[in-house]
Amino acid sequence: MNFKHKFVFLFPGLFVLIGILIFPIIFTIRLSLSGWNSYTPEMNFIGITNYIRLFTDDPRFWESFFRLSFLSVTTVILQYIIGFALAMMVWREIKFKRFFRVIFLVPMMTTPVIMTVIWRTFFHESLGPVNDLLGGLGVKPILWLSDPVIAKFTVIIVEVWQWTPFMFLLLLAGLLSLPKEPFLAAAIDGASPFRKFVYVTFPLMAPISIGAIIIRLIEASKIMDTVFVLTSGGPGTATETSSFYIYIKGLREFQMGYAATLSFTYLVIMIISLTIIAKVLTKLMIKE
Amino acid sequence: MSKLYTFLKYFFITFWTVFVVAPFLWAVSTSFKDFQSVNSKVTYIPWLDFEPTLEGWRVLIKSPAKGGVDIVEPYFNSIFVTCTASLISIVLGTLAAYALSRFTFKAGFVRNNDITFFFISQRIMPPIVLSIPFFIFLSTIGLLDSLLGLVVVYIVLLMPIAVWIMVDFFNRVPKELDETALIDGCNPYQAFYKVVLPNSIPGLIVAGMFCIIFGWIDFFFAFILTFTEVQLLPVKVVALNSSITPWWSLSASALVSVAPLIIVAFIVERYLSKGNLSGALK
Repeated sequence: MNFKHKFVFLFPGLFVLIGILIFPIIFTIRLSLSGWNSYTPEMNFIGITNYIRLFTDDPRFWESFFRLSFLSVTTVILQYIIGFALAMMVWREIKFKRFFRVIFLVPMMTTPVIMTVIWRTFFHESLGPVNDLLGGLGVKPILWLSDPVIAKFTVIIVEVWQWTPFMFLLLLAGLLSLPKEPFLAAAIDGASPFRKFVYVTFPLMAPISIGAIIIRLIEASKIMDTVFVLTSGGPGTATETSSFYIYIKGLREFQMGYAATLSFTYLVIMIISLTIIAKVLTKLMIKE
Repeated sequence: MSKLYTFLKYFFITFWTVFVVAPFLWAVSTSFKDFQSVNSKVTYIPWLDFEPTLEGWRVLIKSPAKGGVDIVEPYFNSIFVTCTASLISIVLGTLAAYALSRFTFKAGFVRNNDITFFFISQRIMPPIVLSIPFFIFLSTIGLLDSLLGLVVVYIVLLMPIAVWIMVDFFNRVPKELDETALIDGCNPYQAFYKVVLPNSIPGLIVAGMFCIIFGWIDFFFAFILTFTEVQLLPVKVVALNSSITPWWSLSASALVSVAPLIIVAFIVERYLSKGNLSGALK
């Protein structure tokens, strides 16, 4: 085929994307080497001062990063288990199959911030229904949003509600595309449902599972909207994630230079760790 | 054994359904309340627990001058930004995906897979990393607080999704299809436009729906890059979430904003049941 045609197809998209992104990335790197803040809003050059500050004198960033890792890994594991279970249940014939499939999909179609606003009223400590119903069972009011430990779990609950459907969708689409023969063979051998799952379904689903988990990890690593509305990073810094911390530094305190340092470091860590996770997962799940 | 399993299965399905539906039911109930029924004690069922009013819904269409919320304009802004950005992303993304699926590219160590990965990897980019430079970039070219500026930013969010879905989809459309068209005397563009594209409608619909979902639900960029001139729906609704929150209008506006995409859930399910989605998503 003619050489020129392929570029006509590829280049518009590629160059639009690069064109939009090239400035922000170069700008972030340059900004991270400057001391731009509200007192000196200019692009001066201060070398790697910001990076030294980040690596020696900013425990809050690293705490927020570990918190983010905890939150995203926990939510994705929960989403995977629940999503897989739900997909298995509505995979084969079941009453009202299509009704349940729609219901299980609905949360991912809703805007996270907007639903989080609703969740905030839902978990309201004195006027919300959760504590009221639990109170009816004799449980003391739970401090859903103002206890540093429980607030993390509230964030996890909301994230699981919001994004399990995405995992469910990817896994169900995978299940529906599996070949029939291995299941017939297993049925002829008289395998129990449990063994069928362990030896047939799960291995066949491994590549799809890895894809789904990585996609979700990428999205979960950006947890921001939920935290922003639900707890604003609080109480204290109990639910503050990296994005939220960068937001505070950059757009509330206007330490643009330092925020750019944080952003760039964060981006590099994200790319490296997601690549490693992808490699490790592939090894773990495909071999077995 | 199997009875226990069936029991557990239905128990779990019921539990999850209740969990999914609960916040919606709560929002519906809250949207009909007034100050008294929100703040005195927790109430659930209209007429039984409290006297329903339509106040929460009425303020949505009143202008702010009369103490209303006016979500009509943000609604149209959101629809415009989401649809425009999705459309551009789909067109550019589909073309690029077709190129990546059909032709081989070589430039140094860069191969097709690397280019595909470059597209998709843009999803890794945390919004916060882009928001500060975009803020400065858009204010320099005078597009801060404008619909056009948001469309530009949303293309970055949505094109990776379009490429991701369409590359996989085109890989499943048999190559013989284009080859036959080329032998029949089409040029590559005609082959793409007249033969491949009509056979890719399911993939295009899935990609389109995903773009619309991820465009519609974005909050962060809209929050950072717009102020007063232009407001998108999520920003408007969240702005209601102040210290003295009017829960009733909050709930009503939340329900109105999430309603349109729930239709998308039905469409996705249709494609899932027909088996078209499995090809497009794997």
